[in-house]
Amino acid sequence: MELSASHQILQPVRVSTIMASFALALLLNFMPWRDLRVVPDFVALVLVFWCVRQPRLVGLGVAWTLGLITDAGNGVLLGQHALAYSLLAFLSIWLSRRILWFGPGLQALHIAAMLIVAQCVALLVRIAAGNDFPGWPIFVGPAAGALLWPLVTWLLLLPQRRPAREQAI
Amino acid sequence: MDHTPPPFFKRGPAPLVRLFFFASLSLALLVIDARFRYADGLRTWLALAAYPLQRAATAPIELVSSIGSFFSTQAQLVEENERLRTKALAYSQDAQRYEAAQAEAAQLRRLIGAQERLEVRVIPAEVMYNGRDPYSHKLFIDRGATQGVRPGSPVADEAGVVGQVTRVHALVSEVTLLTDRDQAIPVQVMRNGLRAIAFGGGASGMLELRGMAANADIQNNDRLVTSGIDGTYPAGLPVATVTRIERDAENAYARVVCRPAAGVDRGRFVLVLLDETARPPRPEETQSTKDKTRRRLRDKDKDGTVR
Repeated sequence: MELSASHQILQPVRVSTIMASFALALLLNFMPWRDLRVVPDFVALVLVFWCVRQPRLVGLGVAWTLGLITDAGNGVLLGQHALAYSLLAFLSIWLSRRILWFGPGLQALHIAAMLIVAQCVALLVRIAAGNDFPGWPIFVGPAAGALLWPLVTWLLLLPQRRPAREQAI
Repeated sequence: MDHTPPPFFKRGPAPLVRLFFFASLSLALLVIDARFRYADGLRTWLALAAYPLQRAATAPIELVSSIGSFFSTQAQLVEENERLRTKALAYSQDAQRYEAAQAEAAQLRRLIGAQERLEVRVIPAEVMYNGRDPYSHKLFIDRGATQGVRPGSPVADEAGVVGQVTRVHALVSEVTLLTDRDQAIPVQVMRNGLRAIAFGGGASGMLELRGMAANADIQNNDRLVTSGIDGTYPAGLPVATVTRIERDAENAYARVVCRPAAGVDRGRFVLVLLDETARPPRPEETQSTKDKTRRRLRDKDKDGTVR
């Protein structure tokens, strides 16, 4: 019998996998992209993934720390990403059981909504700090992130998969 | 789904309480950072933690470019050599003329009793990446306080001014580009010496001269250079070229839009200029001015004169 992706019995996650995925996401975020507004925020995406899958291991503390590192690395106001990521982690943990019920497409819709909410929080912070609205393309990033969701799920679950032979037993 | 038993007895505070806690922590940090600048120490430590990742992120691009240069053909090299040789010839003539002019200028300066200008020291730096922030225009270079970069130093490339160092960490510095909305630079029209201040145009990638009278003598294709009267930028560096002038009968001011001369959004190598011109100390400022650029200038001035 073929088991659907969300009902496979997975191996327990290793903390090292989580840390490596966050390091990789930060690295992708620090790459010199040409137009930043349309590139998805990889850290946010990986954070949502682990908050949905492992709400007991990855929570608001991790989100807040990652946000601070992102803020310092990009030279923006300290606390902007920290606030957005904390909210994102909260939403993911809150909705985690609901999200896991759906297939990849509907999951991605949920993710898009959450990423847009987080982007709006960052936007509000910047407007309060006296910046201008940078144009609608900033919402392309969250949408692109949501499109990447099935791929991210597949990639990040790879280390936890058992071989098909074991599944059959 | 993995099937770990739910920990009934070890839950910690409710998620909503945690969200409240972290959100207030973030908001407090935001206010502290935006209003009082107390958080700079914390920022320095966090930037040091992010440094290995930043280096690693730019490594693949360096690898690709080095592979590309390895496979460049013989013909390309010969052609490039030829081009560079003619360029070098032209430059050497310019350099001779420059030396003569410099000697003459120094002599004239001595005659009128002006202070002698010291050489501008430069630190070459490589651009690591652009700040991931669509609201401002910043880039990060791989030289920091350890290599002698100071906040306020101007940054230029081979074509002109790129921006100004606004924050210095141990190994990295943050450069605010001319096109950032909060960045201003005093300029002079090369043709007639008219002074103006160019402000960043934000997302358009252009500069704007503000407060120009509607009948000011300025034309399309006028070249703008630094005037040097602010004491931060050395005089005579190319800044921009005027591309559009809108004179409106209803408005007392002309809208002048210019394109930056330097590769503000491209190029990988820049020079940090450490201007060591001896300057008289700045007069005491009144308490009421809280202007950001002023504070920036003052910081730079302290560094420049106290030593």
